Amino acid sequence: MTRSDIDSAALDYAAGGGLLSRRTLLASAAAGTAAGLLQPRVARAEAEIPEWTKAAGARARGYGAPAAAESAVQRAIIEPWQDVAPAFSLSGTPHHKLRGTITPSGLHYEVHHGGRPDIDPARHHLMIHGLVERPLQFDLDALERYPMVTATHFLECAGNSLFNAIMPEPMQAGCDMLHGLVSNTEWAGIPMRVLMEEAGVKPEGKWVVAAGADGPSLARSIPMEKVMSDGMLALYQNGERIRPEQGYPMRLLLPGFEGNMNIKWLTSLWVTEAPVHTKDESGEYTEILADGSSLQFTFAMGVKSFITHPSSTMTMSGPGFYEISGLAWTGAGKVAKVEVSADGGASWAEAALAGPVLPQALTRFSLPWHWDGSPLVLMSRATDETGAVQPARADWKARYHASNFLHYNAIQPWQVTAEGAVQNVYL
Amino acid sequence: MSIFKLTATAALLLTAAAARAEGPGLGQPLEAADIPFYATYVKPDGTGLPAGSGTAAQGAEIYAAKCTTCHGATGSEGPVMPPVGPNDVWAKPAGSYWPYATTLFDYIRRAMPLEAPKSLSDDEAYALAAYILERNGVIDAETAMTAETLPAVKMPNHGNFLDVWAKQGATPW
Repeated sequence: MTRSDIDSAALDYAAGGGLLSRRTLLASAAAGTAAGLLQPRVARAEAEIPEWTKAAGARARGYGAPAAAESAVQRAIIEPWQDVAPAFSLSGTPHHKLRGTITPSGLHYEVHHGGRPDIDPARHHLMIHGLVERPLQFDLDALERYPMVTATHFLECAGNSLFNAIMPEPMQAGCDMLHGLVSNTEWAGIPMRVLMEEAGVKPEGKWVVAAGADGPSLARSIPMEKVMSDGMLALYQNGERIRPEQGYPMRLLLPGFEGNMNIKWLTSLWVTEAPVHTKDESGEYTEILADGSSLQFTFAMGVKSFITHPSSTMTMSGPGFYEISGLAWTGAGKVAKVEVSADGGASWAEAALAGPVLPQALTRFSLPWHWDGSPLVLMSRATDETGAVQPARADWKARYHASNFLHYNAIQPWQVTAEGAVQNVYL
Repeated sequence: MSIFKLTATAALLLTAAAARAEGPGLGQPLEAADIPFYATYVKPDGTGLPAGSGTAAQGAEIYAAKCTTCHGATGSEGPVMPPVGPNDVWAKPAGSYWPYATTLFDYIRRAMPLEAPKSLSDDEAYALAAYILERNGVIDAETAMTAETLPAVKMPNHGNFLDVWAKQGATPW
């Protein structure tokens, strides 16, 4: 008995295209295991003993690394102007090669406007100044003594999924290129409110201009309300000091807000009465609408999801059982539900969410599926706790000027061909 | 001192500490002289602009020497986000799309050129801002950009932005 031999007529279908009830796999997996036990293919006397089972292993090491066979699991490098401006450099998380929800630190996406600085932590400090009672500076040793909090949050570049947003024909690439500018991390650090209150924000201080210690000193104006409610000075990333790519030795974390506002290599918090219209909030991170006007200060990321397994560039290994799995998130809070379609949107079934579902964090969804081998289109559609739902691509495109590639959160369809190829398509 | 008075004193002390902060209070005084220029930003009304001046003609020479590789021979070719528009590469050219001219000076001074940020003098940053604005037809060739003239420049796209935060706060668009 093989997986594809299961009588598909007897399965508990949840929607078209072979989507199954969320409980289906438990029974079928048990059946498969039993069948396997009854039919050993290799007699015990002939069993090969691999060489690593006949030798002493390697000794302990100070810092681990992924298995050598996994060396192909890398971020996808995106350098739009590598010949003239190589420091404007991006890399995308290979979500199609990962499971769970936490992004390994070495695979967290990067967007560097001026490259990754090499900072001496002993000479780095954080300044709080402007409309405060006591202008202060903190070095890393002092900050290390503050009470810290831990929180899991996604970061997403406002330009994530830009190729789907602007390319006339769908680009055939993996999730690393198509949706890799989102990652999820357990951050630890100091609530911004504690540091701001120590400096004493004056009543007229309504905004904070945060600046990094990188070459371009990237700066953004941030509402004081956000900084004080859940802003964090993040010092740790998945348990270890923040990686240089993510802002070593400290970064600003603004849960749910577009990536570039979470200033990396943070060195200055300047309290002002109003936003100062930095470069990044004047042109780089504004969105031109269909009527030619623009959106400014578009801070929170919208509800979004995509299927990671299977996904573009993958090949199906024949008809039969699969678990559809993917990621969903929203800057507005928690994901409420994710629906999956295996017939191009004609019918939908609700996926299971792997708990706990955390606010402003990646949430893993899954649904069992029996693929009968015929061509079809898989899609996922997330709804967040405010009731916001992902739009179709055409609806998203209709809102914006043709050039806009920011805050793209449309539904991602994957075409599965009769040959088992999985391809990026627009619907 | 009675127990009651002791408790009241303790409560007062705790309240004072809480009003200050919940942390250990380890921040060190920061003197104004120790704040580098890039820790602030030139405001739209010109606050923060230094002395100095530059014309489009002066800016053209600096541009030709330091900017053409990324932004193109005249600022509209690119490939990197050409600041002169309209162009076929970037729908948001800095010299016409940005709402405030002050941002040009600040960004050039802090971030450009990409391989040598903070290497330009204030006069050079004024001159480059003047060149970009003149190439976009926003100012004439004779007007030098200074702490007085730059904030007075009326950007053509000013007023064409919707402030999403003011409209709906942290609710995604």
